Order: sequence, then structure tokens, then C-alpha cells
Amino acid sequence: MAIVHFSPLDKKRWRDLVKLRGQVLAVALVIASGIATLVMSLTTIEALEDTTDTYYQRYRFADVFAGLTRAPDFLTHRIAELDGVMSVETRISQYVTLDVPDFNEPVTGRLLSIPEHQQPTLNQLVLRKGRWISGRAEDEVIVSENFADAHQLDIGDNLAAILQGSKRSLTVVGIALCPEFIYALGPGALLPDDQRFGILWMSREVLASAFDLKDAFNDVALSLHHGADARAVMTELDTLLKPYGGISAIPRSEQMSNWFIQNEIAQQKSMAMVLPVIFISVAIFLANMVLSRLIATERTEIGLLKAFGYSGTQIAWHYVRMMLVIGATGTLIGCAVGVLFGHYNIDMYAQMFRFPVLIFQPGVHNYVLAVLAGVLASVLGALGAVTRAATLPPAQAMAPPSPPAYRHSIISSGALQRKLDQSTRIAIRQIERWPLRSIMTSTGIGFSVALVIMTFQWDDALNHMARVYFEQAQRQDVVVGMSQPRAIHAVQDFTHLPGVLRAEPMRYISADLSVGNVTHRGTLTAIQQHASLQPIYDDANDITVAVPESGLVIAHRLARKLNVKVGDIITVNVLSGRRPTLSLTVTAMIETYIGMPAYVNLAYINRLLMEAPNMNFVNLLIDEAQQPQLFSELKQTPIVAAITIKSAAQDAFQRTLVDHLMVFVSMFSLLAAMLGFGVAYNSTRIALSERGRELATLRVLGFTRGEISYVLLGEVMLLILAGLGLGCALGYGLVWFIITLFDTELFRIPYLIEPSTYGKAVVIIFIATLLSAALVRRRVDKLDLIRVLKTRE
Amino acid sequence: MPDNTLPTLVAKDITKVYQTGEVEVRALDGVSFELYRGEMVVLLGASGSGKSTLLNILGGLDRPTTGSVLFDNADLSRMSEHDLTLFRRDHVGFVFQFYNLIPSLTARENVALVTEIAQHPLSPEQALELVKLENRLDHFPAQLSGGEQQRVAIARAIAKQPDILLCDEPTGALDKQTGILVMDAIATINRELGTSTAVITHNTVVGGMADRIVSISDGRIAGIEHNRQRVSAAELDW
Ligand SMILES: Nc1ncnc2c1ncn2[C@@H]1O[C@H](COP(=O)(O)OP(=O)(O)OP(=O)(O)O)[C@@H](O)[C@H]1O
Ligand SMILES: [Mg+2]
Repeated sequence: MAIVHFSPLDKKRWRDLVKLRGQVLAVALVIASGIATLVMSLTTIEALEDTTDTYYQRYRFADVFAGLTRAPDFLTHRIAELDGVMSVETRISQYVTLDVPDFNEPVTGRLLSIPEHQQPTLNQLVLRKGRWISGRAEDEVIVSENFADAHQLDIGDNLAAILQGSKRSLTVVGIALCPEFIYALGPGALLPDDQRFGILWMSREVLASAFDLKDAFNDVALSLHHGADARAVMTELDTLLKPYGGISAIPRSEQMSNWFIQNEIAQQKSMAMVLPVIFISVAIFLANMVLSRLIATERTEIGLLKAFGYSGTQIAWHYVRMMLVIGATGTLIGCAVGVLFGHYNIDMYAQMFRFPVLIFQPGVHNYVLAVLAGVLASVLGALGAVTRAATLPPAQAMAPPSPPAYRHSIISSGALQRKLDQSTRIAIRQIERWPLRSIMTSTGIGFSVALVIMTFQWDDALNHMARVYFEQAQRQDVVVGMSQPRAIHAVQDFTHLPGVLRAEPMRYISADLSVGNVTHRGTLTAIQQHASLQPIYDDANDITVAVPESGLVIAHRLARKLNVKVGDIITVNVLSGRRPTLSLTVTAMIETYIGMPAYVNLAYINRLLMEAPNMNFVNLLIDEAQQPQLFSELKQTPIVAAITIKSAAQDAFQRTLVDHLMVFVSMFSLLAAMLGFGVAYNSTRIALSERGRELATLRVLGFTRGEISYVLLGEVMLLILAGLGLGCALGYGLVWFIITLFDTELFRIPYLIEPSTYGKAVVIIFIATLLSAALVRRRVDKLDLIRVLKTRE
Repeated sequence: MPDNTLPTLVAKDITKVYQTGEVEVRALDGVSFELYRGEMVVLLGASGSGKSTLLNILGGLDRPTTGSVLFDNADLSRMSEHDLTLFRRDHVGFVFQFYNLIPSLTARENVALVTEIAQHPLSPEQALELVKLENRLDHFPAQLSGGEQQRVAIARAIAKQPDILLCDEPTGALDKQTGILVMDAIATINRELGTSTAVITHNTVVGGMADRIVSISDGRIAGIEHNRQRVSAAELDW
């Protein structure tokens, strides 16, 4: 049996840790917060990646997607023969209007063909309920689970779809998920809205006859051999499909659903970089503060140990090990909380995305990273103080420290002299005496305020974005999409529908915009000269920009991507119709929060395309009172393929983003409050330990507990107040940093912080610091006057 | 001139028992004692005999286990913590062996600390003049010698014009020469302000400066000696 031997230094270390447990815990908790955010982000990222990978693999998510007008089935073999292609799935895809029982508003559905009796080769379905289509009956349909849940559809229920102008009743036989539609966006939608957009799978035969595509297809998905050059395959595929109205192919990375998920992962990655760094930096500072104080009180002991023959290294190692114990505690708690939060996070994603598989197996590397961060924080935190301890000459160590030299200063002795009472003067001199420490304390508090501002700013920004996007930039109530381009004068037909106050044509044109060798796959939004329902709107500057006679108005972000300025020419490869290549001049630029739009005059583009004046969307302003009649008319209109209701989209935005955000906001506010608490508690505790004698003296002189608390807490409060102010500035900067980090192609977060956000942040952190002050105040009340004064410091 | 008929403070049969675990220490064991108006008392006794304990109880820093301490008909032993604080604030000045000055305040400011909260204080300048430190007003403690620091502590203790001045080994950390200066300052205060003063010391010679010398031994008063003729600090045979 091994005999555990504790050296006297080991025992001393444990007693010190127990004695300082409050401060030790505060430091450990701040380290834990940093480690927790790190572990949470890392495990969430890993789980998201593992889960989607597994999902994709198991259900054979395709690598390349392409849409076209119509191609004969025999082309399938030619596609399969392309270099690098493993398998090919051709299919029929069509947007239709649905009529769902008990739901008044029109619903857009995407019909996709599947083979009868068997799974498709690619983009297979996860059948959650019911059965596969049988091929015996024409009306069988499998619906996506999101859609089924949103409408409480069950096996055997019916819904109607308008296929090529004729209304067909469909029977739900199965409910399924598909890796292709984890994130299912309706045409023109910003966010998923499961009530108004759904995926439906039907028999290839049935769809072929309904849409006049016998022995033909209008959509294709490919999987590639490992290591195949996707770009090359896509180029060849484009060439092959061009005569058949092919819209150029997109790789998996640009596929809508997957793109959103990758975006989510990317955001988590940015978080994983920023937050732990902040927390761990503050932890390092706190650790340094606590250890410095401990070493200051133990000068004599250090001197004695050295006199006994302990080396500087041994002493340093003693304190480093002590710090490592604190770091280890923090890391342990951080890992546990982080994994818990990570699990909670991924559960939330699993629910949101309806993953049929969920892989949460955090790899060892997460913990290794966490431990490394913990050790780093401990060692850096111990470094300064420990070096001082190790190099302290024993003789000097055993002499009491020379009294701190205070100085007269402008603030505490100058013109303000008579206005200050002695207690306030003590607080100010104290701060002047330890400027670095004071700055660090304020900065620590500042960072916790900044963190809260950052979290609440998301809410401000999203609300602002929603307001601008849905209320200012878009003034229509309904956007109607047509199954095929129509002549512009068809707008008149809409004006006559019940409740329509105004109708304006619009055309979306898919196109590749390129300058030099940079290409952006996007859409031109073509609107009429004086379009008022969907104007060209500058989100950041809050102005409407006139539609130019000719040329393009593009978003700044697009301009940056293509590296163009006003007056430059962009090559536009139109991806539909005769697929002409146009050269358009940039005439103006706008700032947008969402997307990278490019606006063009409708008449002008139609002229360039050498087509009869065409449109494929109509914007409607409606009278809300007549909305039901309008919707039921629209549902019956054959040319209507999709209907987007703005208020519904706005609701969806609110539900999905803002509600999801609240969890995030409360989680980080809690961590930030912990940080603020930790900083304030340590500062106050250390002030108390350094100044116990002073406070006892004041008590003897007849100061009440409240008055000496003011002397002690006054200093800390001044620093906290400074920190709260500083925090607002830091928050401003942090928000800017995060926004720059998150400037994606999809959206730019508006740089807007509501005054109430500053207020909330300041209040939350102030409460956290008050709590720590209250804890220390209890110790002040228990101060043993006689014992303190009897001893020499 | 001390007035032997008017006690400022009356301690009646006080005991103080410290209970540390199993061990019970009787620091004071039935002490009755009066501090008369304007008089100067020196407390002598072996280390551990209970002098500091008695002084702390008289000054309202601590409470007796049994017995009472009367000041103006009020019993200190029954006062609330807050009332004790007010008692100290208005009526008592303390001086300790370790000067306990606030390092971040100058001499003047250390005194002002007390004058700000007192009812009829001297000005800090007056108080410092009484201890002959009128030339050190704006020095921080770190810039003063030990004796000077102790005199600032005395100025701080008496600036409120307390009824009682309690000094626990005020010269304990000082050399002889400085000790004289400090004891001289205390005697001046006692004489000029008429403050009832109690001084603990290990130096029996200091007894010569007092009206009465109280010997304490094992928590009891072992004897009281009256001095017919008080001598000044400088005249003592240190
Ligand atoms: N807080 C305490 N807990 C337990 N015992 C105490 C405490 N304070 C004092 N004592 C004990 O009470 C007794 C009297 O102590 P006191 O400090 O009054 O002595 P003193 O006469 O002032 O001695 P000295 O001349 O050394 O200052 C001593 O035996 C001491 O150990
Ligand atoms: Mg004593």
C-alpha cells in the first residue's frame, strides 16, 4: 500500500485554498464561464457537423443540383457518363398552390417526384409515418413532417393542389423528412414558414402527366465520386443541359438548406473564438489579483521558507500549483456546464431542424483544448505574482512591507479639496495608488457589461432589421409568383380581384453577375420606373432610391464582392430563356441588411432580353377586410404558383429568430453577470483584506458599520461605476467587432444599439456587483476590531 | 484639576470570560472601577493580566460578560452595537501601540476624519498644534517618524474633545526620547482639555505622571495608589 505523504507546503496550499475559498471560487467560476462557452461552442459545432454528415450520408444527400425546363429521359445516361459522377437522380419539381383544409390563406407547395415502390437513389426520404406511395392510386402523396405538423395533417387526410390549372385532391399516405429540406424555404421567403410552405413527394408518373413531362425531367441531382472535381462536373453538366433550359448547376455548398446549416455552424465558430477569449482574459487578471494579494500577505512566510533553504523555484511552483488547482476546478466545472449547454443547444437544433439522427459524442479533442485553455489561464494568471514571490530576497521578505506611498494629487487635494469628505478622499487616493489594478477592475466590469450589450443587441438588431425589411423596404402585403412569365398587362387581372388596392409587376431573373474572374450567382429584381410597393430601399440610410432608366442599382456588399464602383460594368449571364449575356453599368449603390440585391428597370431589361414585356411576380396592396375572398380567388387562379404573405413572413421571422434568441440572451447574460460578480467580489474582498486594519481603526474612532462600508465599497463602487461607463463603450466596440465578423452574404446585422440595451446591461451587471458587495458587507460587519488592532501588520 | 466626586465612568463588578473551545479564560474577574472627571490614571500589570480587556470595555469596544459600565446613567453593557458606536464617536478617544493611521490620508486629514463626524470638535490644525505637529499638517503617515505618527494618533483621538481618552501602551513601540514627547502630549491634553485619561503602560515610572496608579493582576484590581504630586514626562526617571 502506498503511503500518501503530504509535505508541509502541500498542507499550507490546501489551507490557503480553504481560507480564500470565496475568491478562489470566484476565479474558478470565471475560468469556468470561459471554458463553458468554449466547450459549448466546440461540442455544438462538432455535433452539428457529425449529425448533418451522418444524416447526409445515410440518406444520400446529393452533391450537385440543377434545374432546367425540360429534358428527355435519355439524357440521364449522358449525365451519368460525365467524369466523376457516381449516380444520377432525375426528377420533376414544381411549385404549386395548395388548399389546406381549415386554413384560409393560400399555401405554396413544392412537388417533387419519387419513384413508385422504392426510394430515389439520391436525397432519400426518412419515412416517419405511414407508407410509401403505391402507384395504384393517382392521388397519393408523402408530405414533409414540418408541413404535416404545422397543419396537423395525418395519414389519410386530404388536401387540394392546383396542378396546371386543375384542382386535384391529394391523400396523405406518408409523412417524411429529407436531408435536402432540413431548412425548407418557400420562393422569396427569408425564413422557413411551415404553415405556408411545404414539400410534397408524389409519383413520377402522376407528375409527368400532370405537367406534360412524359419521359422527361426538369430537375436533376448528382452524387460524385470521392475526390471528383465538382466545378468541372458542373461546367460539363451546364453545357449538357443548356439546350434544355438548364439553370446552371449548384454545388452542395450552395444548396439552400445546407447553406443555412453551414452558416449556423460558421456563426457558432465565430462565437467559439470571441467569447472564451474575453472570459479567460478576465480570469487571468482576477487570478493575478488574488495571488498577488496572497503573496503580499505571506511575505514573511516566504522569507522564512527561503531562509530555511527552499529555492525560489520551489516557492514559485507552490503558488503555480495552487493556481493550477483553481484552474482545474474551473476547467472541470466549465467542461461539465459546457457539455450540458452544448447538449441543450444541439437538442434545440435537433428540434428546430428535425434531425432523424442525433450524434452528440464530443471528441476528446474538445476537452484537451479546454484543459489547455484552463492551464494557460492558470499559468498566465499566476505568472506575475509568482515571479515576484520567487525573486523576493529573504531578508527583504521578512521585513514588513514599506508603507504604501500616497501622494497629493489634483483630484484629491487640489481645487476639489474642500468638497470631499475624508471617506471619499480615501477611496480616490486608493484608486490613484493602484492605478493598474483599478483600471483592470473597471475593465473587467466593463467587459461583463459589454457582453450583455452584445447579447441584447442581437434582439435590437433583429427587430430593427425586421422593421426595416418588412415595413419600410417592402410595402406590399402579398407577393404572387407565377408559374411562367406573363405579359405585363396581365397585372390588370389582379387589380380586379377582390380587395386589391394596387398591383405592380415585378420580375426576378436568375443570373450570374461577374467582373473579371469573380462571379456571383444571384437574382436581378426588375421593377417598373415608379414602383411603390417594392421600391429600391436603402436600409441603412432610410431612403428610397429612384429606379434608373438603365443600368443596375446594387447592394454595397455585392459591389465589394465584385470589386466594382458606380460607373463600372458588370457582365450579367442570364440563366433562363435564351440565356443572353448582358453588360450593365452600375448606376447607384444601396446599403441593405438582408441579401445582395441588384435592381434593374423592368422595361429596360425586357428590352435587353428582347422579349415581350414580361413579369413573373406581382406585388399587391390589399384591403385586409377582403383578404379571405382574395385568398380563395387566388387559390383558384391557375397561373398563381406561389403566394407570400408579408405579415406571415414577419411572424415567422419573429417566431424563429427572436424566440430562439431569448435562450441565447439569457444564457450569456447569466455568464456575463457571473463575470461581473467575480470581478467585483474579488476586488472588494481584496480591498477588505488589505484594509481591514484601516476599517477597524475607523470603527474605533466611532464610524458606524454603514460608514466604513462606504469607505470600503466607495472605492469599489467608483471603479464599478467607471466600469459600467466603460462597458457601454466596450459594448459599442464589441458589437461592431461581432457585426464585422458576421457580415455574411445572407445578411448584415444593423449596427444599432437601443438606449434600453445599455440600460439593461448596466442594471444587470450593477445588480451582480451589488450582490458581491452585499456578501463582502457581511464580512465587514463581522470585523473583529480588537484582534485587528492588537496585531502589527 | 481632577474632581474626585464626579465619576465619568463607573465599572461595577465586571467580569470577562473568553471561551475558546474547552478552555475558559477569565480575563477580568470582578473589577469595580471609577474614572473621575479630569483625572489621569495609569494601569500597570503583568502581560496577560487583563489591562487591555478592561480598557476596551471601558471604551465601549467590547462588552463585559457580567457587570455594568455606567456613563451618564446609561449602561454600556446593555447598549446596542449602534449606540456603542455613537458613544465612541462622541465621548471616547483611543490611542494604541500601533498608531493605526490611515495611510492614504495626510496628518490633517486623519484628524479631519474625526472632526467631520464629531459634535464640538477642535479644528484639525488646533488638535495638531496641541501635540506640536503644526508643521507636519500635509505629511502622509509614511513621511512621518514613529513618534510623530503616534502624536497624530493622539491629536486624532482628542480632536473631538472627548470626555475620555484611553491609551493602550502608547509608547510601546517608541524609544525613550520619543516616548517622553508622546506622554507629554497626553498630559497636556489631560490638563488643558480636562479629559479623563487612562493609560496602560509596562513602564512603572510613568505612574509618576498620574493622579492614581491602578495595578491589575490576574483579572482583578490588586491595588490603587494615589500620587500626591504629579510630575512631567521629562522629569521622570526613564
Ligand atoms: N479574544 C480573546 N480570546 C481568548 N482569550 C483572550 C482574548 N483576548 C484576550 N484574551 C485573554 O485574556 C487575558 C487578558 O488579556 P489582555 O489582552 O487584557 O492582557 P493585557 O493585560 O493587556 O496584556 P498585555 O500587557 O500583554 O497587553 C489573556 O490571558 C488573554 O490570553
Ligand atoms: Mg494589552
